[in-house]
Amino acid sequence: MSFISYLVNGISLGSVYAIIALGYTMVYGIAKMLNFAHGDVIMIGGYVAFLTVSGMGLPPVLGVLISMVVCTVLGVTIEKIAYKPLRMASPLAVLITAIGVSYLLQNIALLLFGASPKAFTSMVSVPAIVLADGQLTISGETIVTIVACIVIMIGLNLFIKKSKAGRAMLAVSEDKGAAQLMGINVNGTIALTFAIGSALAAIAGVLLCSAYPTLTPYTGSMPGIKAFVAAVFGGIGSIPGAFLGGILLGVIENLSKAYISSQMADAIVFGVLIVVLLVRPTGILGKNIREKV
Amino acid sequence: MKKKLLSAVLVLTMSATLFAGCGSTDTETTETTDATETTDATESTDGASAEGTLKIGGIGPTTGDAAVYGQAVENAAQLAVDEINAAGGVNGMMLELNFQDDEADAEKAVNAYNTLKDWDMQVLMGTVTSTACIAVAEKTAEDNVFQLTPSGSAIECITHDNAFRVCFSDPNQGKASAQYIGENSLATKVAVIYDSSSVYSTGIYETFVAEAANQGIEVVAAEAFTADSNKDFTVQLQKAKDSGAELLFLPIYYNEAALILAQAKTISFAPTFFGCDGLDGILAVENFDTSLAEGVMLLTPFAADAQDEATQNFVTAYNEKFGGTPNQFAADAYDAIYIIKAAAEKAGITADMSASDICDALKTAMTEITVDGLTGSGMTWTADGEPNKAPKAVKIVNGVYTAM
Repeated sequence: MSFISYLVNGISLGSVYAIIALGYTMVYGIAKMLNFAHGDVIMIGGYVAFLTVSGMGLPPVLGVLISMVVCTVLGVTIEKIAYKPLRMASPLAVLITAIGVSYLLQNIALLLFGASPKAFTSMVSVPAIVLADGQLTISGETIVTIVACIVIMIGLNLFIKKSKAGRAMLAVSEDKGAAQLMGINVNGTIALTFAIGSALAAIAGVLLCSAYPTLTPYTGSMPGIKAFVAAVFGGIGSIPGAFLGGILLGVIENLSKAYISSQMADAIVFGVLIVVLLVRPTGILGKNIREKV
Repeated sequence: MKKKLLSAVLVLTMSATLFAGCGSTDTETTETTDATETTDATESTDGASAEGTLKIGGIGPTTGDAAVYGQAVENAAQLAVDEINAAGGVNGMMLELNFQDDEADAEKAVNAYNTLKDWDMQVLMGTVTSTACIAVAEKTAEDNVFQLTPSGSAIECITHDNAFRVCFSDPNQGKASAQYIGENSLATKVAVIYDSSSVYSTGIYETFVAEAANQGIEVVAAEAFTADSNKDFTVQLQKAKDSGAELLFLPIYYNEAALILAQAKTISFAPTFFGCDGLDGILAVENFDTSLAEGVMLLTPFAADAQDEATQNFVTAYNEKFGGTPNQFAADAYDAIYIIKAAAEKAGITADMSASDICDALKTAMTEITVDGLTGSGMTWTADGEPNKAPKAVKIVNGVYTAM
């Protein structure tokens, strides 16, 4: 019984990684850049939801919507100011800029909201499922997070495959130059990618803070890095890969805590990552795209 | 992808080397400056009516993860300095505080220390966190600068004879907790969840386990987490629950403790929760459901709602000036400035003395003074730098600290 409960807890932790990893992988898949500021956009999303719902007393749904709007505007602005001028620069310059943006957001949040942690009231009203006489509890947050992950995953897949804007994204991700020649607005498409990625970040922020209810300016950074690992694990750029990677990461982390050693858990998680990357360098579901010379 | 990761790693390594380079150059330059200063320093004469300012340096994390502690220390120290200056200063000298940020990082703390030395600091009040404090303690010992840490609780913070502290040491807290639990028969089966990446937490944990054996307490589960995975504690809690523990000892900070309390509730695990001073502040978390903390016990030298006049005045003044309720770190820092004042008066420090002379004089004075502060009355110090005061236990009842 305790094994099942460790497994369930692993899945709930993994579902949070997965929902963050979706945003990472989406931006990487289209714009081919690692947006290290993603974790911090999540944190901003959490703060906006906190201020609107706990501070101003708005209903949670409205709070989430406002938070999505704020994050979308923020994401597009960051892209316009920090990343767009570097479109032709080396990937390294963009990567460093992203790290810079990440620190910038953290310190702005520190100035605006202060260092003291805020207790986030869960925005999920779904009741927990209690099984086997209370020995096994699946929290409402876990259920909502997993459902949200699956809905977002299917939605994104449909959007990219079926809609015109989505197919433009696919074209841009394969070859920016050729896409432009075909009449696709490359800058607009990348901005749209960031808008969607940041709106997802707002949802991830609300769910992260609902599941683990303390909010500080650094809330997003470590889960952000873990989610990045999850995205690489599952195959960065692959949307189902991000989901799978996130869940696996959470389960491995919790099972190694439970059965091997709670001190060694992180070492084991990253050890598994190294092994997976040695065997499959593109991640579990990653596609091996050959570069044409 | 491979290329990108590789380049990312390269960049990180390169920037690390770059910073390391900076650090050492800085140190060298300052050391040279310091040497000249020492030769230039005039031999001082003892006299209590000297004028001028005594430059007190402060180091602590005012940004970063531990910013809540650094900011509390900076604010409270400034409050004490302003009060002392308004009341006429120390031996006629005004105090001046220059507080530098170290982000709770050892390397940045040493840089901050070098900055303060360039400013001609005479006494150091810091650093706030243990890891940074250990790094700076090596430097102050080398330069013979008097150091008083408000809250650096690891043993290694004050190994040198120029360093003293206001707070309890980690071993002291671990031992006192085990004794308290044993003497009051709170539990015989105890589980511990600690942060294996923190000196503070592991220090308390180790001495707790050692003392628990003497008290007839059985440690049935000892689970760790690290700063990199401090969100999900369900596995640790489940193992503690399965082990049949009656009491859960939490030698950790309140950020994580708030999550642990919430997660323990979801798996219906309700032992007695017992913590140390790191848990102080949990009630001040904005929007925190205080019913979760009902019945939590903690050892802390300072409770903001204590009814004595000194505490009340401090809490009111702090709230007026900076907003919010001061935590234990603020109280430690406030005391630290008054301790420096008491020792400086005892030793007859004057503003024109060099940092090294001041250090020698204060080292002796520290063992001779008795200070009534917010974090303990009748505090005295031994030459090894440890304070002598009694720990107080409080219990959270109806959302407020209640003395036990």
